[in-house]
Amino acid sequence: MKFGIVVNEGPYTHQAADTAYQFTKAALEKGHEIVRVFFYHDGVNNGTRLTTPPQDERNIVKRWSELAQQHKLDLVVCVAAAQRRGIVDRDEAKRHGKDADNIAAGFRISGLGQLIEAGVLADRLVAFGD
Amino acid sequence: MLLHTVNKSPFEKGSLDTCLRLAKQGSTILLIEDAVYAAMQGTVIESKISEAMKRYSVYALQSDLKARGLDEDRLLNGIKVVDYGGFVDLVAEHDTVQSWF
Repeated sequence: MKFGIVVNEGPYTHQAADTAYQFTKAALEKGHEIVRVFFYHDGVNNGTRLTTPPQDERNIVKRWSELAQQHKLDLVVCVAAAQRRGIVDRDEAKRHGKDADNIAAGFRISGLGQLIEAGVLADRLVAFGD
Repeated sequence: MLLHTVNKSPFEKGSLDTCLRLAKQGSTILLIEDAVYAAMQGTVIESKISEAMKRYSVYALQSDLKARGLDEDRLLNGIKVVDYGGFVDLVAEHDTVQSWF
């Protein structure tokens, strides 16, 4: 079955970013397909590679990047939510005259249309938030 | 039929109340994160949850019970416990998922 995942909460906030990750991982282990993980609202903070938690603590951002690499996941960050919170890729950084970008490996920045498309393509859309 | 997920403690927010008010009879409710407190015996909302279980199937996520030190022996009668794989199965078995935050 095809699943779409929406993450509306940032990492290290409450628990939704963890639940979303554990659910996505369990769905993949059961042989389901994840058509897209869409990060919206504070959820975009899951996609900054500058996150540096203590070494003995789970690295939520890295965990997403690794899962994306293993399973060729499409991790999409909402562009408007990302701009407000300072999450930029190289193109966005250039366009807005920023001195650096910070998007994490495996993530890409795109628009809300990607959320709608995920809803259309997936058999089930599951949202995690706060 | 719908699967409803609730992730907030009933003692903190009204998401479970809203879910119980709007969910159709025969729906399934999965308690995750802090919402698992609603599944325990001896709380002030015990009778409300027991009453709701006549209309809905109610599940609680095992790892979130464990994370809070909530013993499965102290769950209300009829609450079913699932792991993440079971959560995935519930999503697959229902037509739509409604998340209450």
